[in-house]
Amino acid sequence: MFASLIDATNGLLNKVPAQLFTHPVVNVAVWTVIKFALFVLVFVMGTATVLTWLERKYSAVIQNRIGPNRANLGKWRLGGLLHMLADPIKMLTKEDFVPDTANPWMFRLAPLVAFVPAMTVFAVIPFGPGEHMMIANTELGILFIFAIGSLNVYGAVMGAWASNNKWSLMGGLRISAQMISYEVAIGLTLCGVFMIYGSTDLQDIVVAQGQMIAGFLPAWGLFTQPVAFVLYLTCAIAENKRAPFDVAEAEAELAAGYWTEYSAMGFAVLALAEFVEIVLIGCVGTTLFLGGWQIPGVHGDTPLTMIFQIAAFLLKTLFLIWLQLTIRWTLPRFRYDQVMRLGWRILLPAALVNLVVTGVALMFIDRK
Amino acid sequence: MSATAAYGHVGAGTAALQALAQQAQGLGDGDKMIINMGPSHPATHGTVKFILTLDGETVDDIDIHIGYLHRGFEKMCEQGTWQQVLPYTDRLNYVSPLCNNVGYVMAVEKLMGVQITPRCSYIRMLASEISRMTDHLTALAAGALELGGFTPFLYGVEARELLYPLVEELSGARLTASYTRIGGLLADLPEDYESHVLKALDKMLTLMDKMDKLLTKNRIFYDRMIGTGQLSQADAIAYGVTGLMLRSTGVDWDLRKHQPYLHYNELDFDVILGHQGDNYDRYLCRFEEMHQCNKMVRQIFKQMPSGPVNVNDWRTVLPPKSAVYNSIEGMIAHFKLIIDGHQVPPGEAYAAVEGGNGEVGFYIVSQGNGRPYKVHVRAPCFYAMGVLKKLVVGGMLADIVPTFDTLNMIGGEVDR
Repeated sequence: MFASLIDATNGLLNKVPAQLFTHPVVNVAVWTVIKFALFVLVFVMGTATVLTWLERKYSAVIQNRIGPNRANLGKWRLGGLLHMLADPIKMLTKEDFVPDTANPWMFRLAPLVAFVPAMTVFAVIPFGPGEHMMIANTELGILFIFAIGSLNVYGAVMGAWASNNKWSLMGGLRISAQMISYEVAIGLTLCGVFMIYGSTDLQDIVVAQGQMIAGFLPAWGLFTQPVAFVLYLTCAIAENKRAPFDVAEAEAELAAGYWTEYSAMGFAVLALAEFVEIVLIGCVGTTLFLGGWQIPGVHGDTPLTMIFQIAAFLLKTLFLIWLQLTIRWTLPRFRYDQVMRLGWRILLPAALVNLVVTGVALMFIDRK
Repeated sequence: MSATAAYGHVGAGTAALQALAQQAQGLGDGDKMIINMGPSHPATHGTVKFILTLDGETVDDIDIHIGYLHRGFEKMCEQGTWQQVLPYTDRLNYVSPLCNNVGYVMAVEKLMGVQITPRCSYIRMLASEISRMTDHLTALAAGALELGGFTPFLYGVEARELLYPLVEELSGARLTASYTRIGGLLADLPEDYESHVLKALDKMLTLMDKMDKLLTKNRIFYDRMIGTGQLSQADAIAYGVTGLMLRSTGVDWDLRKHQPYLHYNELDFDVILGHQGDNYDRYLCRFEEMHQCNKMVRQIFKQMPSGPVNVNDWRTVLPPKSAVYNSIEGMIAHFKLIIDGHQVPPGEAYAAVEGGNGEVGFYIVSQGNGRPYKVHVRAPCFYAMGVLKKLVVGGMLADIVPTFDTLNMIGGEVDR
């Protein structure tokens, strides 16, 4: 039976004209799919899935605990790694409960609205050298990130509203105010980076970071815009509504905030969106501040260097992910009004001052 | 009515709910949201319910409902003999059961006129201080957790886990210790107890240092705690608040110092006072009292005399098993104590100890028939719950959480 199936497939394939595979449109489509599969499905989703385990294991290490280690295949436990598989199975088989008084459409839509933008943004991240090493090559990459990335606030707010639960609603109110505030600060922060590298094309920014300052210091955003890096990381964590900025979830105050009513896969998707966003913060941070795929001193376009550079990008991203986890498990939570005060009274002015200082500095450097 | 009023703000899904919402809006409750916090809310541990009136995030009014853990403790006490009351006292403040044990037997001994042995007195102090440390560690650790600091919480719980085995060594149980007996104790200290205690204390101190580093000077933690849940000295006294909450407002009042019982007057320790009675003061006081407890335990071991732990009177303390099985007097004494109970002379007595949260007082009435006529507990948390409203109204919703924690309400004690 299988033999006949293969024959039939081969027959079909033979009828397709050979030019189709070399046609530019098909070529682009095929490569996009391959890049999407390797970068987004394997790396991003892979990392996000591993993060569901890593967060528990890493927090356990910090807290002198053992962490998850129960899931097993017979005698293999793999340090609890199998929880990555056990969790989806559990989430898929649990009852997907929608409260009677909830708005069922918005309630079910909300996790997707939170998840899809977070995934979409990866299209413009340059994960390797050259114009092909990103899924969508656009000149306005960073604006795309802002435009799409900030959409996921709607997911949280919709979920909170549709739950018809007062605690959820309060979480939704908090998150909408918080994310909008920090969006302003983060936008102004990154303007400094564009001024330094003179582009909004992410690939151009990464290429520009390959130069050296004074012969030894790589021209990474971290060194040309140190204040912006701190501000970016703070705002990004705040936008991802994780501790110390998790006032929307605030399990001690609001039960579980905006996702109190979510169960089964709805909950899992909301949680996964958060983990995907951790990876996103890592990717954007790497691209803008840690030199993207650049390895200081390494140039050339042999396949081997390219592989190393892609690996460098992934490693830097993992470093930023680690940093986020450490922050999350070290600091207690802000109060809602303190979060807002920090955003408007400290981070926003700091971003503005950074912008002015960058502008003045650039003016003097250009005159020389 | 209030529940439906609040429902309307969320955006009701059905026509019936919309009608309810319109009706509720007609009541003219303004823009305030009435919301039910507890009894199964994560912050209301110990089982209590708050009905909050919120103006945005600001608490406009709070209605506190206690009683979810009411077991009829005082009535149950009247059913058994005097000694059979003891296990109930474990379940009052279940985080520091040994303090309650000591308080209860002190009241009975006072009415009976029994003079306990010096060694027994020192061991009771030791047990009380270990229990106080478990109590304070629970409050400190949970306080970190309430503010989202899961790591310091687990350090605190780990430190507490070092102390529970010590309680277990004493009494055989981690929580429901029932360690004291009228006129003595369940047993003398186990072998090598001192080295176990000192080892546990050393480990506990290193963990507390970690907590200290993570919390005390952490700007986020400081901002959350300072100035929130402020209790004035006048209110504290007027509402009968005792213990750490009272001391955090600057009132120098500690039963161990100012109404010394057992051998506390022979120990060298400081009464820790705060300045303004806010959450941060209560946090610091708790932390410092832990260090005082540590100091006291070490002194107790140095000063502890040898000798018997039980009074030498078979009408007060059960005879040894060898006497019960081998002599008619022992047998009868055992029988009389178990069946008839202690012959407490008619009258009333009140004895109080400094528990984890304040003055734990036992008021007992006897009619001389071997069973309590009345056992009343003065639970410190009960009075603290009375003043809670003053601490949270006008503050933010998020401030209820640390305030309720530093108040350290224990349901078993409040509701009885």
